[in-house]
Amino acid sequence: MVFHSQERLQPINKTQRVTPGHLTLSETTQSTPVGAGGGLAVGTLLLVEEDRYDSYSRMLLKYFLAEGVVCGHELFLASARDHPDEIMQELPSPIVDDVAGMKISEGQSQPSDPENPDTMKIAWRYQNQPRVQTALASSVRFGHYYDVSKTMEPELRQAAKCHSFYQLQETPVTTESSPLPSPYHALLKSIQTVIRKEGFDGSTPQSKVRNVLRLGLHSLGSVLWGDDVCCKDNPAHCHALTTFLYALRGLLRTSLSVAIVTVPSHLIQVEEFGNRAVMGRIIRLSDTAIALESFRGSEKEANPLYKDYHGLLHVRQLPRLNCLSCEVPDTKDLAFKLKRKQFTIEHIFTELLSSALLVLTITAGEQQE
Amino acid sequence: MFPELNSILDSTPDSYKSSDFILVSDRRADASFLIHHHLSFYLRAGCKVCFLGLVQSFSHYSAVGQRLGVSLAQAREKGQLVFLEGLKDSIGAILQEDTSQETQPLSYLRSPGPRLEGLFRFVERSVRQSGDGDANESWGPPVLLIDDLSVLLSFGVSVGAILDFTLYCQATMCSELQGNMVILVRCEEEDADDEEGLNLLQRGLVHQCNLALHVEGLPTGYCRDIHGQMEVWWRQRGETMYNQRKIFHFKVHDKGASFFARGTSSAVL
Repeated sequence: MVFHSQERLQPINKTQRVTPGHLTLSETTQSTPVGAGGGLAVGTLLLVEEDRYDSYSRMLLKYFLAEGVVCGHELFLASARDHPDEIMQELPSPIVDDVAGMKISEGQSQPSDPENPDTMKIAWRYQNQPRVQTALASSVRFGHYYDVSKTMEPELRQAAKCHSFYQLQETPVTTESSPLPSPYHALLKSIQTVIRKEGFDGSTPQSKVRNVLRLGLHSLGSVLWGDDVCCKDNPAHCHALTTFLYALRGLLRTSLSVAIVTVPSHLIQVEEFGNRAVMGRIIRLSDTAIALESFRGSEKEANPLYKDYHGLLHVRQLPRLNCLSCEVPDTKDLAFKLKRKQFTIEHIFTELLSSALLVLTITAGEQQE
Repeated sequence: MFPELNSILDSTPDSYKSSDFILVSDRRADASFLIHHHLSFYLRAGCKVCFLGLVQSFSHYSAVGQRLGVSLAQAREKGQLVFLEGLKDSIGAILQEDTSQETQPLSYLRSPGPRLEGLFRFVERSVRQSGDGDANESWGPPVLLIDDLSVLLSFGVSVGAILDFTLYCQATMCSELQGNMVILVRCEEEDADDEEGLNLLQRGLVHQCNLALHVEGLPTGYCRDIHGQMEVWWRQRGETMYNQRKIFHFKVHDKGASFFARGTSSAVL
């Protein structure tokens, strides 16, 4: 969405104009990919390639939805495996404390931490009533912290308006001449209906404070969505997911909404010729694309290089929105760790180098014996 | 437009080659900045431009165009620019709501065995149409820009159908109307020993084009100060005896892009 003139801007719930021309949502703080400008831009699509056991990708999805609840945004959650209500019940509880907040100043760029170049934390603080100015007051910060050991209070959760789409309960619709198989067609139709009915595409009167719709679509491409791209060498529906993502992005671009889509990409057999191009296309059809690689169950778990982390975060694509260039990160070597109150993403280059030397020394010693 | 790229390609809005088919491609990089360059270039040159914007909204190109000094909204109002907004118009076609004449260009999204005839007819109509308003308003040679053609593969359109489409466009735009074509395609990763060829579309188009600009990441890895390398390939034409090929490094800014010979980036020197 582009707003060309300040005067015509209507207040939009809990968003911020970071650069002229687009709005960003607070993306619950620490889970924002590096270089995404400190938030998710309204009208865009974030693709998350799931880690093998879908633990951290599901966590990201829950953070995204929890932030929507706290900000008062509307939610749309679609799932084919677990019922959307189950996912909603697992949302983490926000941490409400009286730590001094920052005065929000508009128009400033994403802060980095020059005093501590080894760890790049994407940490945002936000408080409804700005009280005390601290040394970092010049930064633009917004977002919340969550405690993953507790679930969100039902009263808070139920205060949010949530539309859900549970694939297993939908009646299949025959769509012979549609390029989309039935589940994706129904999902797209459902999203379009919500956008139109709730006025996210601008059909409500201008005087109302407009809100944002957050869409969470879980595990698209898996067999439960009626898609065989993850289980066959030559899938019959190899264009279903790509067509769906294209149409979804079209809907997002023309409404005040933002979507996070998780895809079990590790199931797509890229060794097969028919599938090799699919993942590349899926990434290019998104705006931001990241992949989570969990160390759990892999040989990297025992690697001393990675002992402080839970996995690697690969930035596959960064968005270019209304501008020629995108935010260019310093490095693409990123690792994440999930603590009780924080999901942190750090760059690991410096640590790798010194740890690599340590590992080489140990190995040489063993061989001599 | 980017002045440095103009000097590399030896063209300006006042003097450029006509009947040119320029292919822009990328692998593990984003060459869309070159599309923005050509869009502003040809609008400044006063050409009638038909832009098939299949992957971004009009406001995105418009915002970038402002930074490059052209107003797409004005050009569209005057009739100089005809813009097909693929993203926005696709929903109706995919959900089969809108079967009117207006969505015929997007028939590749609708019918089984998707075809591109509707899209070609749209292009043809746009470039042959004379301006609706002022009868004295006559534009230069027509130009077709497509961003990006490879997205059609995501809908199940075959490579053969796309190559047919570009051949029809080339015959009309370049041979018949003496205009130019600039098409962006995005390539997949290919192994060195890949015999089957993932990038048949790009290979087919390289065979058809006069000038190919291929953008890739640096072979040495990610670098913050140099965004990639661009290979320029000219087909033999006129006095030149052989096809020419040059490689440049580039960096994209907010309002343009700079190009430099390999190894001469300010980050290195």
